[in-house]
Amino acid sequence: MTGAPPLLRVQGVEKRFGPVVALQDANLEVAPGEVHALLGANGAGKSTLVKIVTGVLRPDAGSIAVAGTPVHVANPVAAARSGLAPVFQDPALVPDLTVAQNLRLTATPHEAVRRELRALELDVDLGEAAGDVPLPQLRMIDLARALTRDPQLLILDEITAALPSDLAERVFAVMRSRRESGRSVLFITHRLAEVTATCDRATILRDGRDVVTLTPREGGEAAIVEHMLGPEVARGAAAGAEERRQRAHALDEGARDEPPALEVDGLRAGKIERLSFAVRAGEVVGLAALEGQGQDDLFAVLSGERRPDEGEVRAQGRLVKPRHPADAIRAGIVLVPADRLHALLPQRSVSENIAAPRYARPRRWGPINMLAERRRVREAVEALQIDIRAQGQVRRLSGGNQQKVTIARWLASGFRTLLCYDPTRGIDVGTKRQIYALLRRLADGGAAIVFFSSELSEFRLVADRVLAVYAGRVTAELAGEDADEEALLRAMHGLEAREAIAS
Amino acid sequence: MSAVGATARAAGGRATLRRAANRHGWTVGVYVLLAALVAYWTTVPARFGSFDVQTLAIDALPLAFVAIGQAIVVLSGGIDLSVGSLISLMNVLSARFMVSMSTREAILFALLLVLASIAAGAVTGGLIVLTRVPDIIATLAMLFVWAGVALVVLEVPGGGAPLGYVKLGSGYTLSPWLPTGLVILVATVALVWLPLRWRRPGLALYAIGSNRPRAHLSGVPVSLARVGAYALGGGFAGLAGLTLTATSGVGDPLSGQYYTLNSVAAVVLGGVSLLGGVGGVAGPIAAAFILTLVKTLMILQGVDQNYAQVFQGTLIILVVMVGGLALRQKGKSGT
Amino acid sequence: MESPQPRGRAREWRRVALDNPPLVLAVVFVGLFLIADAVSRGQGDGAFLTAQQVSTTFLYAAILGLIAAGQTLVMLTAGVDLSVASTATVAGFMVSDFGPHGAGLAILIGLAFGLGIGLVNGLGVALFRVNPLIMTLGVSTVTVGALTIYAQRRHAKEIPSFVTTLGSGRFLEYVPYDLLVWGPVAALIILGLRYSGFGRMIFAVGDNPVACRLAGVRVWQVLLAVYALCGLLSALAGVLLVGFNANADLGLGGPFLLPSVAAVVIGGTSIFGGWGGYGGTIMGALILTVLDSLLLILDVSQAVRQIVYGGIILGLAALYARATSAD
Repeated sequence: MTGAPPLLRVQGVEKRFGPVVALQDANLEVAPGEVHALLGANGAGKSTLVKIVTGVLRPDAGSIAVAGTPVHVANPVAAARSGLAPVFQDPALVPDLTVAQNLRLTATPHEAVRRELRALELDVDLGEAAGDVPLPQLRMIDLARALTRDPQLLILDEITAALPSDLAERVFAVMRSRRESGRSVLFITHRLAEVTATCDRATILRDGRDVVTLTPREGGEAAIVEHMLGPEVARGAAAGAEERRQRAHALDEGARDEPPALEVDGLRAGKIERLSFAVRAGEVVGLAALEGQGQDDLFAVLSGERRPDEGEVRAQGRLVKPRHPADAIRAGIVLVPADRLHALLPQRSVSENIAAPRYARPRRWGPINMLAERRRVREAVEALQIDIRAQGQVRRLSGGNQQKVTIARWLASGFRTLLCYDPTRGIDVGTKRQIYALLRRLADGGAAIVFFSSELSEFRLVADRVLAVYAGRVTAELAGEDADEEALLRAMHGLEAREAIAS
Repeated sequence: MSAVGATARAAGGRATLRRAANRHGWTVGVYVLLAALVAYWTTVPARFGSFDVQTLAIDALPLAFVAIGQAIVVLSGGIDLSVGSLISLMNVLSARFMVSMSTREAILFALLLVLASIAAGAVTGGLIVLTRVPDIIATLAMLFVWAGVALVVLEVPGGGAPLGYVKLGSGYTLSPWLPTGLVILVATVALVWLPLRWRRPGLALYAIGSNRPRAHLSGVPVSLARVGAYALGGGFAGLAGLTLTATSGVGDPLSGQYYTLNSVAAVVLGGVSLLGGVGGVAGPIAAAFILTLVKTLMILQGVDQNYAQVFQGTLIILVVMVGGLALRQKGKSGT
Repeated sequence: MESPQPRGRAREWRRVALDNPPLVLAVVFVGLFLIADAVSRGQGDGAFLTAQQVSTTFLYAAILGLIAAGQTLVMLTAGVDLSVASTATVAGFMVSDFGPHGAGLAILIGLAFGLGIGLVNGLGVALFRVNPLIMTLGVSTVTVGALTIYAQRRHAKEIPSFVTTLGSGRFLEYVPYDLLVWGPVAALIILGLRYSGFGRMIFAVGDNPVACRLAGVRVWQVLLAVYALCGLLSALAGVLLVGFNANADLGLGGPFLLPSVAAVVIGGTSIFGGWGGYGGTIMGALILTVLDSLLLILDVSQAVRQIVYGGIILGLAALYARATSAD
């Protein structure tokens, strides 16, 4: 491996969007036959760098060389010709065309794709409209398509986000086989556990430039986090076990006479077969499940998006039958959805976004009390530590700050039960910790919180209890401190504790 | 084994049938409606003959041509509100100069004008791509511009066309039941659109209409494709204007006014989504004939032209309302 | 990361300009007036920058401004209303038809028709999810046709003198009466958009209707109200228009349809919704009115006027597109 020129060498890349500097002097080197991670907090410049390397954006300065030869990557097609194949989080398949037509659009032979898909143990109907294919499979198709070109460098941009663990495993297998055949993989992810398990080296970006390239296995996650955030910030602590025990005790004591904040009884809707659970005020309950076990349907029913076929939902002991999110909100149940874009008004200001739910009903369409609004917004912004320096439109905020705004809305309008669907997806480590702390603070203040996460390591940090959902039912309930990944995985697969997972 | 792995395996008869129904259901429905209307129509006049078919063709062909062009622009994610003026422009250009030409010269000139209208469409598309102005505004502006140019060419109705050329638009070949114009329409679609539609150029148009960023990532030359769509749209609008010259025998700078909004109506009725990415040209062609036929039927029944207009408008509204409901049932979001 | 400030001053001006389109447009308006004046004098037609002309400009712009007001609200919700002109015509017609029964009743009926048409538009767009372009287009076709039928019957027509005065009269020699209508309405709209819950909802629905729903907004309510309001405003404009025209004919509102869209676009409201306001539209209406006068002074043919009109719309819209995308 030594002596051969690096497969990819990016030097001194700069990129500016108006007054915002996304990259300044970014450097990256990927050796042949390695799996290289590209890490960094949101806003550090990862996506911009990837887009430049793959020809989606053009740099203001800097150079790119593939296998020692300088290349000018003018557009995605040129990138492909240079042996760079990206697979983005948002699969590059046009929804209204069938998968087959999409392949024809990119001049990709069907048979080759089918072969790769078989190797991935997937069976997909190519005649299906791409918009009807579930997201995880679309990603795998995109991956298969990239593999058919046998790229020198396979670039995976947050491909494992919201991917069920079995498919993620297959992606890792692909990464390993690429390495074995002397090719390389550039792996962008927020999941540090994956990095230490699969990557040879990692380059960390911060504030638009690369700060270090290290070997993940040596320093572990701690080293990575420290470089991503800068030494002082990294020392944020997760909740201690003792603290949690005290809280659990307080919960048991305090809330015994009151009805639970949220109670679900015998629910049946969509993929949910028969689901029952209760959440008390002040409790944080986590929901762990593989893809498609009914968790989306559950959240849809609770937030008023869809009506259940059977079963009851009670808020503060009173029966509720939401037919529209407005009904759920009136019952004190509010939702922070999976996709931030579904919760935000991109062109409006942070204040307007935070204040928005207050004016939803015609009763509130009259003149606004600006003083009261400003106060409420300020309180919410402070409580969440939202960085509003880049003011104006909410779409200019970083992902983490945007997520905070989606939560701040409910803080300003008031709620009893907060539903969060994958609240920390695609958010940098620093902000994640702030959100964990926030959820606990809200619970301490009397709110009931239900959150679903696809990142198993989160549950132990935040939840008092974790419910595993499999095949539309609750199959296990674990105390927060017992919810380590192994136990969770077993429960998510519907297996009893202490039973080994087959294969 | 995860529950995710198995998708619609071995598509099987049922899935394919369902998909075919979803994709072509609307178009089939429109043709059924047309057939029903035609059936009714044959019973109305005292003696229904080939002359009625020719009259319908004369009436409907311009709208049918422009509906094809508009459909192509719309499914590529755009819209062209300037087609009406473009039709007027080609109409007056042809009528003004053809009046002193032989049939052969007129046909050659017509071909030249088709090229000109393709160029005009490309100009519109180019302006949209370069200035990044939303297509509704840009084409609205071009509506004014082309209308002005048309007025420069002919301030008042006038001009004419040689007999042979007029026969092309309003005569028949092979059989009195087969108007020439109709043959030209089908031939144009078969020779121009069909070869593109299933290959990369056509797929590219659908792709940019469906999701532009992903189309870009898939390597589609987005700007070129958009300009191409408007160029094709312009070409068909030009054909519409030339047909108008043949069928009316005269040039009128305001002749195209009716067609802008009605082309959009035909496109929507024909099952093309205004959001782009969905639909074809077959539906809008039938819809153009339906819209024209409804008017004809009312006139035949002695209904006042204005009542006919009210009826047509109400019909359009009802159809799209029902269509909107149907889409909601299917679960398409798009608020 | 903020960038260093070598060209800070220029950037600052640009910021101010972008955040306040009405300011820039006001400059353009005054500029056009001066150009018109220069041209007029140059041609030997006398001065254009007279109190009389300013007065006439505002008088005419008020009507366009009111029609464009409804259009602004609709476009803020990412829609468009192609029936504003026909609704104005209907209202004007009704005023003249019911004139003999007194000004008050006539105006009320005219406005009621506008509200009704707006509600029908809203029904289609909000409840049946019909594309606004198609819905309002269809409604306008139906409306015009129905009106034509209605107009064929003989009626006693009389435009109340109150309406005529309101539409074409001036007080204090130069102040048009219709500004007494436009002024308060404009103030209400501008304040309402900024400081009322309804105004916030208009922007919100235009920006992201999915997010609105999740925030508990029943989007159909907002849309229905907006289209109804648009119909009402168009009808109000129609009342003034028939007073100005002193005659109700079927082509009354026609010339205002495309300029209403143009005024909104020039004013900086995004047709994609969620961004803009009425202040810009007001300036847009004034600019278009002066532009019309300028073209008349230049004595260009109808044809050239159209071409210039189209070119200006395109040019200004392109400028906006460039300015907003450079962010």
